Amino acid sequence: MLRNFCSHHRQFARVIWPFSLRQGQHVSSSTTHLQKANYGSAITERKKFYQNVSISQGEGGLFEINLDKRKLKTPGGTLFTVPNEALATAVATEWDAQKDTLKFYTMHFTTLCNTAIDNPTERTKDQMIRAALKYLDTDAICYRVDEPPGLVELQNNEWDPVLKWIEQRYKVVIGSSSSIMGPQIPVETKDTFHQHLNSYNFWSLTGLEYVITQLKSVVLSFGLIDKHLSVEQAVLLSRLEEEYQIQHWGNVEWAHDYDMYELRARTAAGALFVHLSSESTAVKKKLLRD
Amino acid sequence: MAAVTSPLCACRGILREIRLVKGSGYRHTIVYKYVLDQFRRNQVTGAQYCRERMDALHTACTYHCLLTSTREHLQLHEVYHARGERDTAQMAGLVGLRLPTQPGGKGWET
Repeated sequence: MLRNFCSHHRQFARVIWPFSLRQGQHVSSSTTHLQKANYGSAITERKKFYQNVSISQGEGGLFEINLDKRKLKTPGGTLFTVPNEALATAVATEWDAQKDTLKFYTMHFTTLCNTAIDNPTERTKDQMIRAALKYLDTDAICYRVDEPPGLVELQNNEWDPVLKWIEQRYKVVIGSSSSIMGPQIPVETKDTFHQHLNSYNFWSLTGLEYVITQLKSVVLSFGLIDKHLSVEQAVLLSRLEEEYQIQHWGNVEWAHDYDMYELRARTAAGALFVHLSSESTAVKKKLLRD
Repeated sequence: MAAVTSPLCACRGILREIRLVKGSGYRHTIVYKYVLDQFRRNQVTGAQYCRERMDALHTACTYHCLLTSTREHLQLHEVYHARGERDTAQMAGLVGLRLPTQPGGKGWET
């Protein structure tokens, strides 16, 4: 009896939930785990409790992360699995890069995967698309200023080309405005984007929505996802007014640079998450003729 | 940060970041093997042409940006934000000032 219990306990202890503070706080995964899941705080740090990080391929070809032979779980208690090797490598690298303490606020891939697996707010694909497109009404690059002249010129020079690009690429009308109400975006435009986003899978949409909320712009996010812009360019365009103010009043490292690097890291992670979770690798060899 | 334009620059940039994080043992990590493998696979040779070469380069640059920005952000975080509230002397030091000192200690004037 005791031996039975021990072996059960050992089996139970082979999976870990690193996201909550103490192991005693964990709840059984069979109950409605989403309500009870302990997501902790984003700034919580935990002591590093493992040495080696590895990847293994489990059931259904899904990839799992192993920390010292124990399988990683999500805050909701589900087994942490990702659909391809690239994503698994990126997550494993994040865990491997942690030094003495686990800094969850630097582990963007892990966070995004957790959100996609657990779906803590229980949203459907359609809800996510509508939430993403809602940003179009208040898109950062559609709102222009009337003064000062320097900033007006800067916005026109930097934002107009991107706006023109997206209008040609998707054959839509967006426009810009300096009124408080913003531009009137036609229904057809939203329909086109809605249709386009329907082709994305759930994971890609999670990433895309994350990028949109970081950049505060649907247009810039599409520019980045469609590989028209680099991360640095997209972040610069998103922070255009701040950059303009910095040129006038000077740069403050612990506020401006701090924000910029964080924004870059988050945006890059989101964009890469979209690419990696929607790609399928195929090798096509050129036929050699004799 | 200089813009990364060639695959070689992107590859070296990523490997450099891995080395900065993992130290000398960086060659034994999973990501080291994976990145090298990907770059070799997408190389254009006489027998092989990668149609999505620019796509792969964009992905590599994005990953490079992610690693660099995370490192820089963490550095700034540790210098300015990780240690909680500062005392007056540290706060003054932050903006290049020093608090006035009294030669004989407190109450020296009387």
